[in-house]
Amino acid sequence: MKIRQLLLALTGTIAVAGLGLGFVVSQTTSAKAEGIRSGYTYATKETQGLQDDEMSNPGYLWVDTGEDLWSKAEGDAGKSCNDCHGDAADSMKKAGVSYPKYKDDIGKMQNIEQRINQCRTDNMKAKAWKWESNQLLSMTTYVRNQSTGMPVSVAVDGPAKPFFEKGKAFFNQRRGLLDMACKHCHEDNAGNLIRANVLSQGQINGFPVYRLKWGKVGSSHRRFRGCNKQVRAKPFKNGSDEYVNLELYVAWRGRGLPVETPAVRN
Amino acid sequence: MASARLKVPKKAKKGDIITVKSLIKHKMETGQRKGKDGKPIPRMIIKNVTATYNGAEVFSADWAPAVSANPFLSFKVRATESGTIELKWTDDNGKVVSQSAKITVQ
Repeated sequence: MKIRQLLLALTGTIAVAGLGLGFVVSQTTSAKAEGIRSGYTYATKETQGLQDDEMSNPGYLWVDTGEDLWSKAEGDAGKSCNDCHGDAADSMKKAGVSYPKYKDDIGKMQNIEQRINQCRTDNMKAKAWKWESNQLLSMTTYVRNQSTGMPVSVAVDGPAKPFFEKGKAFFNQRRGLLDMACKHCHEDNAGNLIRANVLSQGQINGFPVYRLKWGKVGSSHRRFRGCNKQVRAKPFKNGSDEYVNLELYVAWRGRGLPVETPAVRN
Repeated sequence: MASARLKVPKKAKKGDIITVKSLIKHKMETGQRKGKDGKPIPRMIIKNVTATYNGAEVFSADWAPAVSANPFLSFKVRATESGTIELKWTDDNGKVVSQSAKITVQ
């Protein structure tokens, strides 16, 4: 564990020194042993270099916006995130690794986006942000960025167990006109080509991710919708129970991978 | 709202060549795409970016539609004196975003 943190710190220093392009130090030493690979390892060197340097990673523009929103008071309660949580670097440090989480008050799983919006409606008495809106994406990216480098570890036992099973079933369920399940690409054929693209394991440790194709940051649910559309299935809504359960299962699949938010992918 | 990033080394020796890095959030719409209604989406790009070092222009570029969204720009400049390096991005609407950073030259 210590060695890994050291390695990560080392990668950081190298990237800051501006030599990030030439060095690809393994970020996933322990996860690699189990055959779990981050999407980072499938990316080209150029894309990796873009991600490694905070100054060239466009995702950090959203982190900056999130930081501004963090201390902006909104809603009838006249409070900002900062008034209750204080410095995000301390209070949000572990948030990125443990969501989606089981919540007693709603009796189901909740992911970071939903947690932020619940905080807004319940505590700030403000309007919930729309899914994929600039504000919600920025805040989610900012919050998850505080956990960068820490290994993903979601709880899948206890009350989360039935939801985990649902997510797992979703992952293995054939759907759409092409009759394909998530696993057909991301488990059976990870690393193989699908036409001109390399299939990844479909890990979400870097989300919200800056996708070059989108030209902006997007949530894992947007990606799920894209995947579902590609197999000619009707996608579910952003923030639907189906996708939150799937998010839990996919996060568990990538257990031990370091959080990379905001990652850069093609 | 911060929509641009600028990084300049905090300290440098006189005569050193320093690297200035910048990043700005912009959609850089090329004007060559069509919307869902079939009509062209009007062009909206950053047409000029200018860097000044203590008020004197040291770098300037006219950008074309082929520049990516959220463009990254990096250039080198010789550190001559302590002061401010400022970047200004001007887009098709005439909107100007500027960001500045301080440098100490010894």
